[in-house]
Amino acid sequence: MVAKFDLNDDSVVVIIGTGAGGGVLANELAQKGVKVVALEAGGRYLPEDYINDEWESFGQLAWLDARTTSGDWRVAKDFSGLPAWIVKAVGGTTTHWAGASIRFQDHEWKALSTYGEVEGANLLDWPIDGAEMAPWYEKAEEKLGVTRTGNRPGLPGNNNYLVFEKGAKSLGYKEVHTGRMAIQSSDETGNRISCQQTGFCFQGCKWGAKWSAAYTDIPEGEATGNLEVRDRSHVAKILHDETGKVTAVEYFDKDGNKHTQKARIVCVAGNTIESPRLLLNSASEMFPNGLANSSDQVGRNYMRHVTGSVYAIFDKPVRMWRGTTMAGIVQDEARHDPSRGFVGGYELETLSLGLPFMAAFLNPGGWGRGFTTALDHYENMAGMWIVGEDIPQADNRVTLHPEQKDQWGLPIPNVHYSDHPNDIAMRDHAYKQGMAMYEAVGATRAFPTPPYPSTHNLGTNRMSEDPTKGVCNKWGQTHDIANLFISDGSQFTTGAAENPTLTIVALAIRQADHIAREMSAGNI
Amino acid sequence: MTKHDLRGLTRRQLLTRSLSAGALAVVGTGFIAAPDAAWAVEVTAITPEQMATLLQMARDIYPHDQVADKFYAVAVKGYDAEDRKEFVAAGIAELDAAAKAQGHAAYASIGWEEDRVKVLQAIETGTFFQTVRSGLVTGLYNQKEIWPIFGYQGESFSQGGYIERGFNDIDWL
Ligand SMILES: Cc1cc2nc3c(=O)[nH]c(=O)nc-3n(C[C@H](O)[C@H](O)[C@H](O)COP(=O)(O)OP(=O)(O)OC[C@H]3O[C@@H](n4cnc5c(N)ncnc54)[C@H](O)[C@@H]3O)c2cc1C
Ligand code: SF4
Repeated sequence: MVAKFDLNDDSVVVIIGTGAGGGVLANELAQKGVKVVALEAGGRYLPEDYINDEWESFGQLAWLDARTTSGDWRVAKDFSGLPAWIVKAVGGTTTHWAGASIRFQDHEWKALSTYGEVEGANLLDWPIDGAEMAPWYEKAEEKLGVTRTGNRPGLPGNNNYLVFEKGAKSLGYKEVHTGRMAIQSSDETGNRISCQQTGFCFQGCKWGAKWSAAYTDIPEGEATGNLEVRDRSHVAKILHDETGKVTAVEYFDKDGNKHTQKARIVCVAGNTIESPRLLLNSASEMFPNGLANSSDQVGRNYMRHVTGSVYAIFDKPVRMWRGTTMAGIVQDEARHDPSRGFVGGYELETLSLGLPFMAAFLNPGGWGRGFTTALDHYENMAGMWIVGEDIPQADNRVTLHPEQKDQWGLPIPNVHYSDHPNDIAMRDHAYKQGMAMYEAVGATRAFPTPPYPSTHNLGTNRMSEDPTKGVCNKWGQTHDIANLFISDGSQFTTGAAENPTLTIVALAIRQADHIAREMSAGNI
Repeated sequence: MTKHDLRGLTRRQLLTRSLSAGALAVVGTGFIAAPDAAWAVEVTAITPEQMATLLQMARDIYPHDQVADKFYAVAVKGYDAEDRKEFVAAGIAELDAAAKAQGHAAYASIGWEEDRVKVLQAIETGTFFQTVRSGLVTGLYNQKEIWPIFGYQGESFSQGGYIERGFNDIDWL
């Protein structure tokens, strides 16, 4: 039975956003008997609604509200109004995600101590470490059904992987496999259908083989009777009382009507651009710089991983689009080894785009025969994606646009990002290695493709031991306001080399435990 | 001379001499069409000559010799609208001015693709070029009908994915 809570019920936990962070937190709290209202800006879409068509699916699910960009990153030039590729739907970006689910390496929780001071960087150690996170990672892997963890076998390699693997092994790489994926790999080891190699993981898995909060955690939470998800509900502002405690949120429903939902606790999980935007848009007389912002770190340290792709053409067909989009990884370069000319490390992962997205992303702005002869050989193409740790910088930040407003009349976010020299050195190294992998298999032409709009958005409400250096403590609880939590990727202190979602989920499970405990102790 | 360039040449002759045999015909007052009538674009707001110039421009920006004119025509068809016609007229005037500056009569009258590309390069940072180019990224490549020409198979769910249809059938590694 799906719950229904009153707007004036001030005993509920309000969660803003239902993606990897918010969706999991909502279910975990509901399972513990905590009453939750989850407000989600997007609509509800289930596997039968997903579309095996890149642009149509993008139009259906992507967050397309106005945003602006600045800084020297290439995305600002190529996609000035689309800094990030994020989903607006129940389940958030877990509908579009590829499912790569890997843990941080132990040293990555301690970036400042491990790498030392880096010029221009705002590096910091996380207030938690690998040992503390290990049990939560295990729970997250169970929840997501991650392959190559527990008793779950790896996925079979598709054509794109087989080319990638051969190239990797030719270069002497050792840690090469079909990835740890939140995708069902066998009928015996989980309750989802196993992967049918359909190849539209980025468009929402129509089989439900891939984990997405939309059809797992959300309905499971609703089934407890403790969770009400209100879709098409865009939160505009978080309200507080004269003691500085948050008390309610204001949101617009699908018809543009404004409502106020009271709350005992508010958890912000709108992803790394919307979460700080909401805190900044909630500025008040008492908190003129925005909520939970005494440190001035809200919106700062925006990270998006060092990314880029390498595509290559061979003299024979590859047909990379067949099968899982990202089930393939080389982890040898993920180590911290400053002899390569940069701190931190990166992963190489298989990636394929369909023809329409390839045309948009292979070399944005490119035209003429140099460009079209590459697409002419689309059938003979293989591809990989680079994901590496980028350096947090104080001025890489989300701010409110001074003039432009969205459809609700709220100031839109500007996303400013400039590459750090360390990021550039890492990306160049990765391009070189990726191209060498394909050349080792006989590629006739290779392309170091620039970054796409950010799919991994992190860091703008970061965790810190010291309240002057970050927004929240090791539980995601804001330093300034005890009943206000950060529950998404924006709490990342540093980004590590790994795809972030497993860590977001592990933190959400851990946070649910903490919130439930603190509630019953009467502390919040 | 490639087939493509020949086609460009006949199109130019066509445009300058109006109706004659060739790969593309300005038919009557409001159409351009393939000679075998396999396809035709009706224009109502802009002139057939302007549409033909846009078509040539589309081919020169994203040249795929194996992709027929009709797909490019579909991709630029949206410019034939009352609220775009001034934009088109001004853009083509800019394009032709650039062609003249390089010693040609007009852009569409240039025989060699290489020479037309030089003219396009002269205007490539401008709004007209950028609008046409970026519109083509989806206007051309998102036509399902052209996907098979590139080998792309599109939607696969209805066929049960590739689990039994070659997801790992590579045989040359
Ligand atoms: C194509 C693609 C592939 C990816 N592949 C991987 C991968 O393989 N592995 C991996 O680890 N990660 C991957 N990611 C990244 C992953 O999806 C994100 O890191 C993760 O979903 C972020 O979780 P989140 O909770 O921070 O935000 P999201 O999952 O984005 O959820 C945020 C939700 O909040 C809602 N919201 C925002 N503002 C408001 C508001 N004001 N009011 C109400 N609701 C609001 C949004 O609509 C959204 O539903 C991928 C992303 C993309 C786009
Ligand atoms: S490849 Fe597998 S996981 Fe990806 S969408 Fe298809 S069935 Fe789902």
